[in-house]
Amino acid sequence: MRYIDKTVVGLSIAFLVLLFADFFMAEWVRFIGLQSLARGAVALGLLVLWRTGLVSFGHALYFGFGAYAAAMLTLVGYHDAFFLVFAGTLAAGVLAFLLGFLLRRYRAIFFALLNMAFSMILYGVIVKTEALGSTDGFSVLTPTFLGYAPKGEAVQTTLFIFTLVFTYIVTVGVHLYLKTTLGGMSMAVRENEIRVEYLGYSAEKVIHVKYVFSGLVAGFGGAIMALAIGQVDPDSMANWTVSGEFVFITILSGIGNVGATYIGALVFELIRTYAFEYAPLFWQFILGGSLLAIIMFLPDGIWSLFGRLRRSDSSESSSSSNKAPSP
Amino acid sequence: MQELIVILVDGLVFSSYLFMVSVGLTVIFGVMKILNVTHGAFYAFGAYMSATLIGAYYNTDLPEFGGFLAIFAAAIIVGVFFGIVLERGLLRFLYHRDEHIIVLATFAMFLVLEDVLLMIWGTDPYYAYEPMALLGAVDIVELTFDVYSLTLIGLAVIVALGLWLGLTKTKWGKLLLAVIFDREISQAMGINVTVVFTVTFVVGSIMGALGGAYIAPTISVSPGIGVEVIVLSFAVVVIGGMGSIPGAIIGALLVGISRAAAVHKFPEIELFVIYAIMALVLAIRPEGLFAPPQARKI
Repeated sequence: MRYIDKTVVGLSIAFLVLLFADFFMAEWVRFIGLQSLARGAVALGLLVLWRTGLVSFGHALYFGFGAYAAAMLTLVGYHDAFFLVFAGTLAAGVLAFLLGFLLRRYRAIFFALLNMAFSMILYGVIVKTEALGSTDGFSVLTPTFLGYAPKGEAVQTTLFIFTLVFTYIVTVGVHLYLKTTLGGMSMAVRENEIRVEYLGYSAEKVIHVKYVFSGLVAGFGGAIMALAIGQVDPDSMANWTVSGEFVFITILSGIGNVGATYIGALVFELIRTYAFEYAPLFWQFILGGSLLAIIMFLPDGIWSLFGRLRRSDSSESSSSSNKAPSP
Repeated sequence: MQELIVILVDGLVFSSYLFMVSVGLTVIFGVMKILNVTHGAFYAFGAYMSATLIGAYYNTDLPEFGGFLAIFAAAIIVGVFFGIVLERGLLRFLYHRDEHIIVLATFAMFLVLEDVLLMIWGTDPYYAYEPMALLGAVDIVELTFDVYSLTLIGLAVIVALGLWLGLTKTKWGKLLLAVIFDREISQAMGINVTVVFTVTFVVGSIMGALGGAYIAPTISVSPGIGVEVIVLSFAVVVIGGMGSIPGAIIGALLVGISRAAAVHKFPEIELFVIYAIMALVLAIRPEGLFAPPQARKI
């Protein structure tokens, strides 16, 4: 293997820099960073689907499921972050695997809306379950890390390192998966599914595998979010507007590169935090306005800015284009 | 028996409400193939405008029943204004883009309008109960229903009939059907598709605003009422088949009556039952109950 993967190198550098920066970060920066990593992971799941031409308006289902799975385990006495995040990820993955049998038959807007229907079922169940705090949710206690129980600021520092390590592994994993033949099938399925079938691949299987991947990373993001905020509630974890925000982040980042989703999530988090800080009544206005601006003026997302800087390097950056030929 | 009648009447009222809020969505989707999330904002604006106009109307000494005119005036003002602004000002630049991008643009517009609503009307709830108080209540099998809610059924029937007659019996309706069937060929035949699109979007917006305007006297008009309406109307439209008006009727009836039954029999599954039906229908008929078959393009 003489070939050096630039994305992996880039991700590794970013990982090391952030790992080092963790010790110097202000608390609020770390908090925004944690949330961006969690949301970025979900957007990563959507990116995997988007490359196949599928958009889900219901990934709050896996985000919320992962978050609630992890949070519910703390209620019965498990507090180890490794176990909680693993369980949350796995739970969402299993759910995605099961629903995948049905969802892989759907395309376009029907796929998006059926996902939304399932996410709203979860929302409805949570809202009506008194034991889970109904619309108020419940708080998640501070996790431990393999027996190490940090106190005070060390909690967030440790959680950040923990999140960073796993996000790095997950992101590189997804990137390598997208490089495999199965991962590479996404473009083919998006461009012409019937030809893919003629060539002897099952498009539905390709989609199913991708769907499980996206469910796993969304569950991972949810579990991290539950630990980072220390609280789960249906309106910020499972409502359809949350799913909309994830799609927003995906648009913001563009689907050119796996790393871009985290930049997109960070930008989203910053816009939201500052809009909320300076114009608490109009933060949706600012959020919606920026989304419209991105759609109109930067159709391939933030990542396309990097592409413009180094147009000659066409390994990955030029692959993004979400313009469909007009019917 | 008594419970059955209650469920049926409640169900019919709720179905009519659902039909009113989702018919605009299905009209717009049928013609333009756009899933319009902003619909929820039209609904909310309709409700606020209606509450304001009703309040203003009853401050004057005009005849009491004129308050109903205020409702329709509110719907038309909101629908025409936002319909034209949104279609001409935003959507027409996006027609060549991917359908998901258009959905997201309407989602962005929804977020923006939610806050515009707050800027205009603030966070306090509005009440406009006068039309409801005016019509009083009626007893059906020893149970009291308010007449205003029952008139919703009549309104839904009138709207459904009007749309059906408009689509099948008028020249405009036939042009519209041609555009639905094949946009390019109709354009080639000399139909002005741009105008058809604008008019359709405005009509759809008026429908959405009317849903909100008519329901306003029965609820407390407060921020956030648009959010729930969007998913509800999505569910109705998807169940019936997107773009189909008979589909919207059946979808509304199915969802409305099941929810009424759930409210009376098993209140804990009330929220869940709607989306469960949606998932179930889609699992059996992927494109909804009444969607026309689509040719697969190779």
